[in-house]
Amino acid sequence: MAKEKFIEAKKISFSYPSYDGEIPELVLDDISIGINEGELLAVLGHNGSGKSTLAKHFNAILIPTEGKVSVDGIDSADESRLYEIRQEVGMVFQNPDNQIVATIVEEDVAFALENLGVPPEEIRRRVDDALKKVGMYEYRMHAPDQLSGGQKQRVAIAGIIAMRPRCVVLDEPTAMLDPKGRREVMSTIKQLNSELGITVVLITHYMDEAAMCKRVAVVDDGRVLMDGTPREVFSRVDELKAHGLDVPQVTELCWELRKEGYDLPSCVLTEDECAAAIEKLLKGGAQNG
Amino acid sequence: MLKDITFGQYFPGDSVIHRLDPRIKLILTVAYIALLFVADGMIPLLFSILLAALAYALSKLSWKLVLRSIKPIMPIVIFTAVLNIFFIDGEPLFEWGFIKITDRGVLTAALMCVRIISLIAGSSLLTYTTTPIALTDGLERLLKPLTKIKVPVHELSMMMTIALRFIPTLIDETGKIISAQKARGADMESGNAIQKAKALIPILIPLFISAFRRADELALAMECRCYRGGEGRTRLRQLKMAGRDWVAVLVVAAFFAGVILLNIYGPGVMRL
Repeated sequence: MAKEKFIEAKKISFSYPSYDGEIPELVLDDISIGINEGELLAVLGHNGSGKSTLAKHFNAILIPTEGKVSVDGIDSADESRLYEIRQEVGMVFQNPDNQIVATIVEEDVAFALENLGVPPEEIRRRVDDALKKVGMYEYRMHAPDQLSGGQKQRVAIAGIIAMRPRCVVLDEPTAMLDPKGRREVMSTIKQLNSELGITVVLITHYMDEAAMCKRVAVVDDGRVLMDGTPREVFSRVDELKAHGLDVPQVTELCWELRKEGYDLPSCVLTEDECAAAIEKLLKGGAQNG
Repeated sequence: MLKDITFGQYFPGDSVIHRLDPRIKLILTVAYIALLFVADGMIPLLFSILLAALAYALSKLSWKLVLRSIKPIMPIVIFTAVLNIFFIDGEPLFEWGFIKITDRGVLTAALMCVRIISLIAGSSLLTYTTTPIALTDGLERLLKPLTKIKVPVHELSMMMTIALRFIPTLIDETGKIISAQKARGADMESGNAIQKAKALIPILIPLFISAFRRADELALAMECRCYRGGEGRTRLRQLKMAGRDWVAVLVVAAFFAGVILLNIYGPGVMRL
């Protein structure tokens, strides 16, 4: 038998409870997805695709109506081990204002540890450590409302990593931030994965953020449409467009040019790659002409 | 305009009084209030006020704050004084028709006024020198024994903390909603009181809806961080009694002894 994945969702379906005898609408429809330890996975989908609902299954906030989710071998439906799961899989939400509990940065970062009953000296150590990792140590005595959006979101991330989780699920963490805040938060997220070895699941609708990840799963209408490396996924431009999704701008540019008959690769992800490919094409064209 | 609203009346500082353990400050404030009522007669009462004066001097706050704290209660003070002067029996000092002023009446009124004024002035020092969050923290720890008789102490202090945390956020949001409604042509300045009150509805409804949404998200975020009530919770910040806290306790105890001695052996003037 193959080794079990760190997070494994097997054939899960989910619908919110219905009222007045309405037929409940399936938000998730028979999804199976496995996440390996150390992975950097983007879950891509537009509003109402079910991507946030899926994310909430990874730390037992929601329990599937059908199927089974297991985290590190623990069934998420097992209520007696709920807090083990929540500690292993942390979650960061979209609006930083609505997830900061305390009036001082360091006390907020300590919140989860206080809940877990960690001794005070150990809390101190872990809080300082977490704040340093997200680069917010100098702000530890500030009030949250003195911080910018990106800084608040980094404090929220520190509050999660202070629990020492093995996985962090981020539900559109940059959606409410300005470009500067987005850059700050994205670089923190990448650092969590590359330097601390934390498994990261990034729920997003920004194509360029998904392109930075190692694996992309596209969700639409409660199903997983595609699952693969960004190169594989974004080369299927027609399919993505058919589902109302975009591709990164450079990928789209190359795709449009290919349609016009220019010889460009189909899986360009970064601006540099794109520039190089076009330069090559132009030089080649000049030699031929 | 909305930015100027400050919650509580904390005045930052770094004095001995500011740095006292919030638990001690709470207990000593209660002790001071008790002292005012133990004091029997004007001389012990004035002696106990010395304690508040000493604390004010140590806190390095402006004396004007004393006036500020007393101002709102002046009507109550005057009302109490008038009642006491006219309705307490004793040796008449002045009589005119049915109006009779007695020596006991005047003395009681004077004692009551001094007592109420010094009570408010002294206990205001607590909120002047303690941040709301430290105060909540201190209260939670002091009231902890009450959990045994099912008082939800932790829950109350958590609510208080969250309220303090969200006040600036909601004030900010109110400002935004006002601007948004003004941009849609809402008129908030003109009209009589009723029209002005009606103009508040388009501000309050979005504010309420958003507050509920925030509460929902916050609850989810707290669950994700393993929040499950006060049981088994530890705290990052530990309150430790320092030398100055014990000194403060001793000083207040000395005042207590002084007042009791004055009650027993002090001169018998101006007593009831």
